[in-house]
Amino acid sequence: MTDLPFDAVAVLLWTPVAAALLLALIPNYRARAHLSTVASAVTLLAALALLAHRPPPGSFVLIDDLNIVFIVLGTFVGFTTSVFAANYLAHELETARLAPQHVRFYHALYQMLMFAMSLALISNNIGLMWVGVELATLITVVMVGLSRTHEALEAAWKYFILGSVGIGLALFGTILVYVAAEPAIGEGLPSMTWTVLAEHAMALDPALMSVAFVFLLLGYGTKVGLAPVHAWLPDAHAEGPTPVSAVLSGLLLNIALYALLRFKMLLAGNAAVLAPGPLMVTMGLGSAVFASFMLYRRRDIKRMFAYSSIEHMGIITFAFGMGGPIANFAALLHMTMHSLAKSGIFFAVGNIAQVKGTQRIADIGGLTVTHPWIGWSLVVGVIAIAGLPPLGIFTSEFLVLSSTFARAPLLALVLAAGLLIGLSALLLRLNTLAFGEPKGPIHAGHPSYAPMLAHFALVLGAGLYLPGPLVLWFQHVSGLLG
Amino acid sequence: MTGLGFDTAHVLAGGLVLMSFVLLYQDRLFALLKIYALHAFVLSASVAWQAFVQNAPHLYATAAIALAFKAIAIPVALRHIIERLGIHREIETVVGIGPTMLAGMGLVALSMVVMLKVTPGATPLAREDLAFALAVVLLGLLVMTTRRNAVSQVVGFMSLENGLVLAATGAKGMPMVVEISFGFSVLIAFLVIGLFLFRIRERFDTVDVTALHRFRGEMS
Repeated sequence: MTDLPFDAVAVLLWTPVAAALLLALIPNYRARAHLSTVASAVTLLAALALLAHRPPPGSFVLIDDLNIVFIVLGTFVGFTTSVFAANYLAHELETARLAPQHVRFYHALYQMLMFAMSLALISNNIGLMWVGVELATLITVVMVGLSRTHEALEAAWKYFILGSVGIGLALFGTILVYVAAEPAIGEGLPSMTWTVLAEHAMALDPALMSVAFVFLLLGYGTKVGLAPVHAWLPDAHAEGPTPVSAVLSGLLLNIALYALLRFKMLLAGNAAVLAPGPLMVTMGLGSAVFASFMLYRRRDIKRMFAYSSIEHMGIITFAFGMGGPIANFAALLHMTMHSLAKSGIFFAVGNIAQVKGTQRIADIGGLTVTHPWIGWSLVVGVIAIAGLPPLGIFTSEFLVLSSTFARAPLLALVLAAGLLIGLSALLLRLNTLAFGEPKGPIHAGHPSYAPMLAHFALVLGAGLYLPGPLVLWFQHVSGLLG
Repeated sequence: MTGLGFDTAHVLAGGLVLMSFVLLYQDRLFALLKIYALHAFVLSASVAWQAFVQNAPHLYATAAIALAFKAIAIPVALRHIIERLGIHREIETVVGIGPTMLAGMGLVALSMVVMLKVTPGATPLAREDLAFALAVVLLGLLVMTTRRNAVSQVVGFMSLENGLVLAATGAKGMPMVVEISFGFSVLIAFLVIGLFLFRIRERFDTVDVTALHRFRGEMS
């Protein structure tokens, strides 16, 4: 099937690395920003090429119907974020909130993050995937601490410690999977290869796989931001530069979720293993309800949306845990919509923080009056993320709830209560942020509208009309997930 | 596998668990570092023995990394950092040695019960290694949660990581063990550099909660 005149996988993987090396050498900020945007665009094109023509699985590379969703989504968010970051960081430099030496290596780090993400997503090897996630964690730790303020360092350190423990536990789980596979498949690389593992899913040692999954759920779950191992997430989102918050929510959480899903698929192929569903349902539901309550007392706008990310990752994990064609479909759709909407919101929040000069909710008000474009974008974004019609997240949340009501009405009631609590918290804050009397000082700024509007347009479009081929594709993937 | 080969592996892996216990009740930072160096040394010996009995020469590389980097370079670097930060005289208030040791014993029992129960099919060596490794991992987590000082948290994390390396070497023929142990060394180097550059003395979330909330922008 390699009809392409070039190797799209190689382009996807090595463009960011080459760009990162170049970017580390370029002293000029403008030139770095442009090169980073171009590299992200090339990566996105490579991902789209892979969507059209998938190479057959090799011993290290696997592109299938599941991970191509994540790859295209990830590279798209990666591209729009680099467009946003070019403008955002230029303004931070002008206003001297960030010193030039702080952003010197931002773009190189960003491209390495893109590489780590692609590596984790396309690798056909459980060890290599783990390496990708570890690399992505390390890079984002540095990026969160970029401004070197006390708060940023505190957030980065907390993220580092919790993230390291998380990936440590995930590695233990990965080793256990290898030990479980080794008697059936034999020593060496095949016992760590997804495609081979999937073929022998019935022969893997069931007891070991059960224990392994608990470690993987806790380990990768830390990176998904599931309660009770979510503590790093609000700090990292609030204190890092806004483009980093956007990629954390839009990309990194999804990668960890992808890792969990792959392992869940392995377990689903074997009836003797513990069912992964109930564990995921419990953690997902707990996170969603907990985060909904936490949305109320937030004073910092980025921190509030970080809790909203925990809520939504909880809903997605819950839906994948429920399983079955409808819930899986809803979860996939929800994940896509959440990535787009939440990174769009962080773009809007970044613009807001620049024109108002603060992240404190109490100091921001009447945005629709003073800054109509940003204000109304925020309104659309919050309506989307709160799950109101007619935007895309309404569709997916409705599917999650309705399919759960049919199978486990009590769980659905709890989830519905959590959703409503979260919804009212968000609308309460939106009211003071976007409407009413303008509050606080106004600073000059050059907001970047295009990335934000593109994301919200996609979410709105998906809410109004889902194209047939997309529905068929997601249905097919839902079938694979079991 | 010969009796002697198995017994030696058993003693070394058990020694690692013992060292984890000794880490648990250290209340001075320098003593903690010395025990950690010993911990890494036992790991190195254990990995080297595994390389010998499994006839897997690439594991010698992992053993060498453990010896040079973890048993020597890191403790020396951390010692310098402690002196520079001026916290070498500080005695840590641990949760209380009695309860901590009891919790540690509980965790070791838990890991024995869990791992020995789920691995009847694996070779005896892999079983023992996995059970001991899980015990070391859990004890490392316990060290991290009962300490207030950032340096001792890093030591806890490093002991946890030693448990992971033990598990990886015990899994017969597992590829990428050397790469993974190298990757972890990079991670630890990052941690230590972070400690040094940012002068992190305390774990932030237990120091002073009101100050913390102000930093987070949570106070109205």
